[in-house]
Amino acid sequence: MAPAVPRSGDAIFANVERVNSELFTLTYGAIVRQLLTDLEEVEEVNKQLDQMGYNIGIRLIDEFLAKSNVTRCVNFRETAEVIAKVGFKMFLGVTATVTNWDSEGTSCSLILEDNPLVDFVELPETCQGLYYCNILSGVVRGALEMVSMKTEITWVRDMLRGDDAFELQVKLLKQVPEEYPYKDDE
Amino acid sequence: MIGAGKIKQYTNVLDKPLNKGRHEVSLGAFAYLFSELVQYNQTQVDNIGELERRLEDAGYAVGTRVLELLCNREKGNRRETRLLGILSFIHSTVWKVLFGKVADSLEKGTEHEDEYMISEKELLVNRFISIPKDMGSFNCGAFVAGVVRGVLDNSGFPAVVTAHFVPVEGQQRPRTTILIKFAEEVLRREARLG
Repeated sequence: MAPAVPRSGDAIFANVERVNSELFTLTYGAIVRQLLTDLEEVEEVNKQLDQMGYNIGIRLIDEFLAKSNVTRCVNFRETAEVIAKVGFKMFLGVTATVTNWDSEGTSCSLILEDNPLVDFVELPETCQGLYYCNILSGVVRGALEMVSMKTEITWVRDMLRGDDAFELQVKLLKQVPEEYPYKDDE
Repeated sequence: MIGAGKIKQYTNVLDKPLNKGRHEVSLGAFAYLFSELVQYNQTQVDNIGELERRLEDAGYAVGTRVLELLCNREKGNRRETRLLGILSFIHSTVWKVLFGKVADSLEKGTEHEDEYMISEKELLVNRFISIPKDMGSFNCGAFVAGVVRGVLDNSGFPAVVTAHFVPVEGQQRPRTTILIKFAEEVLRREARLG
């Protein structure tokens, strides 16, 4: 069988089933509101959103790999490009750009101009420490961990706090070699 | 280049233009998000009734906002005041915007005057959900029931809305019915309006 050609983000997005982004936005808003009511501490909500994102990421990576036919990324640069162009497009319908590479090539920034999670959202004064889109950082972290990369993700710029775009800094901590849960000679 | 400007920074979210609503995300993204909502609520409650109530509350918040958005965008700031009007608004407009299609059917209950039912062969939110046997009659459609209740309540039609599975002959997965039971005052008002 011929090796499958990796498909572009637009092609995949056109082929998957889609729903109205407003349903998605409003549901996410309901989740954040529930968390704020239950947990009350903004830091706790940030952590919980990250955890939820992590749970989503570890399952999302399977769907991503199945639908996008990407080949194994040679280095972290390629990984970041694939996430920005194919990954974000496939699930959220928007592309991100990759910038700010550091000298070793282990840390970069993903910039999102358009973010369906934050349509209609405004942060009140009582929630100024909230990273509203923290679920995205969890998703990227979870997905990369399932492909053997341990990363640390932080928010550099946040439109809800007055910046002009969303900027996520992705830092590769280490590559973990694959571990098999069984012994080879059994 | 003359004439090319940066995108205007809106400081107030109310000043931003309301988009046309054509933007889409993948079904997978919504399904993952919904499953996290259900999983999170499962950790916060002790029984199924509580879980349904929490999902409904989340849906209620969505319904409130959807009503405002759609009244402004689709109907030119006019709100339905008659019972059949609001029901067909939910059945067609709300369903079309949220789920991409109109609901399968809208029926009036035969046993009680104040009951109406909206049925759907497979609710979008239930697509990737399977209920374990020990959870009995729990239905994640409680979220959608909450959306409907949010729309009705904020239009001035207080009602109790619940979601039920109805097994159908020849189909493996049961149909979902959203049962709407209007409050007394709504029926009295309708009768007065003639």
